[in-house]
Amino acid sequence: MFQFQQVFSRTNRSAIAEWWWTVDRGLLVAVTILFAFGVALVATASPPVAIRIGVDDAHFITRHIIMAVPAFLVMIVVSVLSPQYIRRLGTVILLGGIFLMMIIPFVGAEVKGAQRWISLFGLSLQPSEFVKPSFAIVAAWFMAHQKQYASFHGNLFAALLFLSCVVLLIIQPDFGMTVVLSAMFAVQIFLAGFPFRYMVVMLVIGAVGLVLAYSTLDHVKSRIDRFMNPESGDTYQVDRSLEAFANGGFFGTGPGQGTIKNSIPDSHADFIFAVAGEEFGLFFTLIIVGLYLFILLRGYNRLMESNDLFGVLAVGGILAMFGLQAFVHMGSSLHILPTKGMTLPFISYGGSSIIAMGFAMGVVLGLTRRQTRSAIARAGLSVSTRRGNL
Amino acid sequence: MISRSPFNFSMRIDGERSSALDQARGRIVLIVGFILLAYIVVAGRLFDVTIIQGYFHAAEETATREDDVSKTHLARRGDIVDRNGVILATSLKTASLYADAKLMTDAEGTARQLTKIFPNLVYGDLLKKFQSERRFIWIHRNLTPQEQQKILNIGDPGLGFAYDYKRIYPQGRLTAHMVGYTDVDGRGLGGIERSFNSFLTKSSDTIRLSLDIRLQHILRRETQKAISDFNGIGGAGVIMNVKNGEILAAISLPDFDPHDPSAAQNDLHRFNRVTLGVYELGSTFKIFTAAALLEKKKVSMATTFDARSPLHRGNRIIRDFRPEKRVMTVPEVFMYSSNIGTALMGEAIGTQGLKAMYSDLGLMKRMDFEIDEMGRPLMPTPWRDINTLTASYGHGIAVTPLQLVSAVSAIVNGGTLVRPTLVMKDEKSKPQTSVRVISKETSLKMRQLMRLVVSDGTARKADVKGYMVGGKTGTAQKNVNGRYLDDKRISSFVSVFPMTDPEYAVFIMVDEPKPNKDSFGYATAGWVAVPAVARVISSFAPLYNLAPEQDAPDLAEPLRPFLHKVSGEGH
Repeated sequence: MFQFQQVFSRTNRSAIAEWWWTVDRGLLVAVTILFAFGVALVATASPPVAIRIGVDDAHFITRHIIMAVPAFLVMIVVSVLSPQYIRRLGTVILLGGIFLMMIIPFVGAEVKGAQRWISLFGLSLQPSEFVKPSFAIVAAWFMAHQKQYASFHGNLFAALLFLSCVVLLIIQPDFGMTVVLSAMFAVQIFLAGFPFRYMVVMLVIGAVGLVLAYSTLDHVKSRIDRFMNPESGDTYQVDRSLEAFANGGFFGTGPGQGTIKNSIPDSHADFIFAVAGEEFGLFFTLIIVGLYLFILLRGYNRLMESNDLFGVLAVGGILAMFGLQAFVHMGSSLHILPTKGMTLPFISYGGSSIIAMGFAMGVVLGLTRRQTRSAIARAGLSVSTRRGNL
Repeated sequence: MISRSPFNFSMRIDGERSSALDQARGRIVLIVGFILLAYIVVAGRLFDVTIIQGYFHAAEETATREDDVSKTHLARRGDIVDRNGVILATSLKTASLYADAKLMTDAEGTARQLTKIFPNLVYGDLLKKFQSERRFIWIHRNLTPQEQQKILNIGDPGLGFAYDYKRIYPQGRLTAHMVGYTDVDGRGLGGIERSFNSFLTKSSDTIRLSLDIRLQHILRRETQKAISDFNGIGGAGVIMNVKNGEILAAISLPDFDPHDPSAAQNDLHRFNRVTLGVYELGSTFKIFTAAALLEKKKVSMATTFDARSPLHRGNRIIRDFRPEKRVMTVPEVFMYSSNIGTALMGEAIGTQGLKAMYSDLGLMKRMDFEIDEMGRPLMPTPWRDINTLTASYGHGIAVTPLQLVSAVSAIVNGGTLVRPTLVMKDEKSKPQTSVRVISKETSLKMRQLMRLVVSDGTARKADVKGYMVGGKTGTAQKNVNGRYLDDKRISSFVSVFPMTDPEYAVFIMVDEPKPNKDSFGYATAGWVAVPAVARVISSFAPLYNLAPEQDAPDLAEPLRPFLHKVSGEGH
């Protein structure tokens, strides 16, 4: 520990040392634990899936690690960047993502009736995953900038940008992603001071949109019908999922001992929470819920101290997206929400999406770093008190 | 932009920014409140599902187990027999050994002697259990009488017997997927054993299936031969009565030993390809397209379709496997299995029309059947007009083999829907279904077309003399993770005989057949599935005393005027 402090001396002004003392280590640790849980759970949940589709047992495990390690590195690298660089990087990624989404209808691969994936450098990418966090950054910047320079129509630009992203998502069609993006943007404009009464109006519009999706898109309709009325159709997956939790009890059946993964096709992605519930039990699943809640509360708490409106809006939006995705995943497998194929951030097997999530969390870590000088000032104080204790 | 100094920032920040931040902070509190609420609901529900409902779940399990021990003599699980009364599953009463640690007098001696009788038990483990305070410890289930006698000779009062039933499947793996299997406590985990679990446990009555073990054997033998000859990874076969829907044989390969299902190398063995697997079966779907076309007014056998060049629609190009490069009549399109011609038929029928036909035939939704392992068909969503063209020749639409056979049965039996069934019913309780999907005239035309495929087309190897076999082949590229692979295919053949008055449908499918020397490098249905079906029919027909009719006029004869030339190999 002594050595460690030597390396990261608080007066050391090198970039790494500065990063270490300013970044929120609580958040960093919590996310790292999620990464580790993810590898463990994919390792136990994926072999039956791999065998079913006729590939090697370790197929998904290897691929998950191949994606998780770069995702972690992306998170660290982004968290080192200054707000200006994050803004620029966000803009570049957003433009790239929108461009890829525009060409998807022509070159994308069609999977289960939707075109969402594109093949790039031998990787299959879902550009909309990257659009979410980068959109949060750019929209936050637009809105924050208008607060400072009233002549800049940031709110309008943000709204237009939002609409174009939604149109691109509806073309694919990706209903879940549209809901997540809309919720994220709603949180952002809410934080930016959008009046309450208009928020209510937008909620109504959102509800109308849901009803429209329900009445025009068959797969959305069947999902919601099945949720509302289990007798009407196949609730096989949710039934198995609930059975898995009951089977797990307090401490679970033990790693690898579960049976749900044999009966649910996407247990390594959309139902990994149920696998966790069965094999590791209530205790462990509550830890997972606690970790997500910790990340959210800790993140928003950091924002309370922030005096950078851009950071508040960007991080506020990204955290909302993160929290919503985790909530929808857990809610689906517990049957408090309709079944929606959404991954559990950092834990589910999800290929390139984990990299996008790493980027998003990197932005959160980067924008919630304590501003250099105040950190040093506080550090100085704490050092002197610590010396006193010694 | 931002004040860099922490000491006097409040003075430097301009008023509006500061108030905006204050407002944002207030609203963060609200958002955090929402999040807390949502996550508390999740945590509460977790507790509910895991502990509260888990308690009932566990209570249920232990309750049934106690029942088994106490009233063993009552709860004999019912037998399952085939249509001729051959036993497929039965229960034998056996003794199972348990120990009561409190009554044990000589833990060490008993443990040592037990390890001599059962070499797979470990002395240390047993001793640890015997020295605990537990009142009920399972030692060994389902003893043989000899083993039971040896245990009686040990004579320790801490050893006791519980009598329960062991499930025996005299036919072994032959009916594993359909009959299913049970766990050691006699609960059905698959097939009929699972779906009729409460019936079998409560009433102890016998269930008589429509299966015929002899046909089951023939079908398995020939499907296995086709798989082995062409090095496939699996296959499925179905024999069904096209008039009343009774399934006479249904097999899924590879299979497993129902006495020890956990020993199956992996899930692929337990996977029921007949009812749970959905496959793109390719050209066999042309039957339904042709039927939908012939149902239209103003369409006759002489209607032509231009298959001179590949069809460009949107960004797709539809090609023929073996292009004839000419304008073809309906029988020619069907006989040469032209994708272009069929796609044009699909276009003429229209999206609504084709979907309606598929839906009427029960191909669009999960089939209602007597076993639970049923697959849900996959189809293009959204269904655009281009999908109609591709679906017309079975591309991009995946159904279970059982669904395909049922739909084909409805086409050939005069045009009324049949509901496949595995359980024999009394003559009286048989539902009198007469839901008409196509007209009698169209059904006759379809039989002529399917006969033509066997007499002149891609399935000539299935022409078992005297039985007027008809059918349609299908060789589809396999879709693996959303990509169609050139070298992986599903070859299938659905046949019906006799075409003059159809009785039986025979279907065989081989998953990923590879070309071999004898097939001159082909792994198409005509080489893989068709000869297998022919062998099944050759064994099956004499067994059922179906007399061959050697000089009956060929049903396909009226179609000859519509054929322009007779050409070589098909697929």
